[in-house]
Amino acid sequence: MKRILVLTFSLVFLVSCSSGEAGATDSAPQTYIENKGSDTIVNLALAWAEEYQLENADIRLSVTGGGSGTGIAALVNGTVDIANASRQIKQKEIDLANEQGIEPMEHIIAGDAIAVIVNPTNPVRELTLQQISDIYSGVYTNWLEVGGDDRPIVRLSRETNSGTHVYFLETVVRLGDKESKTLFSTNTLLLPSSEGIISEVRQNPNAIGYDGLGYVPEDLHMIAIAPEVGDEYVLPSVDSVNNGTYAIARDLYMYTNGEPTGEVAIYLEWILSAEAQEIVKELGFVPIN
Amino acid sequence: MQKDLNWREFLITRLIKFSGYSAIIFVSMIFFFLLKEGLPALSEVPLGDLFSTRWYPIESYYGILPLISGSILVTVGAGIIAVPFGIGVAIYLAEIAPRWLRNMLKPLVELLGGLPSVVLGFLGILILSPTLRVTLDLPTGLTALSGALLLGGIAIPTVVSISEDALDAVPKSYRDAALALGATRWQTIWRVTLPAARSGVLTAVMLGVGRSIGETMTVMMVTGNAPILAKGLGDLFSPVRTMTATIAAEMGEVANASTHYHVLFFIGLVLFLISLAVNMTASAIVFRQKKRAERVLS
Repeated sequence: MKRILVLTFSLVFLVSCSSGEAGATDSAPQTYIENKGSDTIVNLALAWAEEYQLENADIRLSVTGGGSGTGIAALVNGTVDIANASRQIKQKEIDLANEQGIEPMEHIIAGDAIAVIVNPTNPVRELTLQQISDIYSGVYTNWLEVGGDDRPIVRLSRETNSGTHVYFLETVVRLGDKESKTLFSTNTLLLPSSEGIISEVRQNPNAIGYDGLGYVPEDLHMIAIAPEVGDEYVLPSVDSVNNGTYAIARDLYMYTNGEPTGEVAIYLEWILSAEAQEIVKELGFVPIN
Repeated sequence: MQKDLNWREFLITRLIKFSGYSAIIFVSMIFFFLLKEGLPALSEVPLGDLFSTRWYPIESYYGILPLISGSILVTVGAGIIAVPFGIGVAIYLAEIAPRWLRNMLKPLVELLGGLPSVVLGFLGILILSPTLRVTLDLPTGLTALSGALLLGGIAIPTVVSISEDALDAVPKSYRDAALALGATRWQTIWRVTLPAARSGVLTAVMLGVGRSIGETMTVMMVTGNAPILAKGLGDLFSPVRTMTATIAAEMGEVANASTHYHVLFFIGLVLFLISLAVNMTASAIVFRQKKRAERVLS
């Protein structure tokens, strides 16, 4: 599904490229910005690039995925101007970059939060991260065990090829423990789209699902989550994501070599503008201001 | 003039011949492609792991048994619904309904066959699965049963259309003879017409089954896609993951020539072999019957 999206975007992007070129045959000075990295961000970066090029015909943005590590490696090798990453750069990568004379500079460009959702008739409103992990790994099978009604738990998840699935597995099911081998329970329903999860949660009081914060419609209930027993239960929102109190959220980054200059600096500034952050919201991520 | 005609005849014969052979060429090319891309899975994944019960490819669990059992369960379920119902409709249309009603109903049934499966999938998600969950008191309506019901619906037009043609082609003299011997209408249908049209009806059933096992979009939308090993018809009430849905859901994101990629092609190969087996069984039965029928007639 994601691939199809990416393809559509690249197509749109190609079309916009070629039509732009047809208009600028008198060799207008063009600036190329190479942008590569995280697959989580690739759709967002493509949408930004597409929009930005509509407004600035003399800029060519090339956006590719491949993963956060790939993007940072490309920055270290000096082949891209901007590296996209859904995680912070590691010390090892900084050292490697410094050896090449490159000073990675971090820019937070958007937030990514996952909301855990249940049917409005489900009385459960608060869960700890550990409880959600136990629900998804199959330790709990009845809502009674986490303070709800006597109903079976129906677990819903995105397909394994979704970035959200992998992030949820690592952060929630495995509680961020890299050594953990915990898996989703086999009877977790793997639905191919956000829409599938939302429609099932909407009509099924047994269901629990998760989705990007931006995709959750208002008629479904989001679970307030406490990172540990005894901590405060926090509902996902733009504020709680930005102040770091909501547990299943991360920042999304772009890295440049040193302080960005010229067109790259202007582009990064535009990304933080209200217009670009509106696109963030449309794609289900969390705008940063 | 004569020469021109010969030349044209030559060309047309060759073209038709090529069309005939092309089916064989395409099928064998697809088969070899599947072999080429799918067989490496056997060397990359130990057989014991490949035929195990856990499917979670991003952590290298490549057990395809739940997927095979899921496809078979949904297809058998669809067959149980589509075969009796489809043949029933065909008998009604060919033997019982007045001509004008038949001429109206048959195109309608065939129209049903042209419904895009995505549309049926949507109906399944929005109407069928919630209804099933409430009426049967299931944890979720996204089960093999929803898939089987919808696939049954998809297969029925195929079964009806082809078996009705077969029943219609049975010479009227057979029926007249049976009635003249004092058989009731039901006895005529059950003992004479239906057996006479048996090979056509069987083809209809096999094509219907083929449609069900290869159907992807609808099952992906309504069966929940949980890779649970199905052990019997009782598992119709739990979610399943079919082979087709697995390939469709995962192929788009898989890295070229990775183990996961090869395993997905291997699943495609298994699917291909199952379809082949179904078709060969059908044609073997049809062929055998034809010989017997010819013997009787001669």
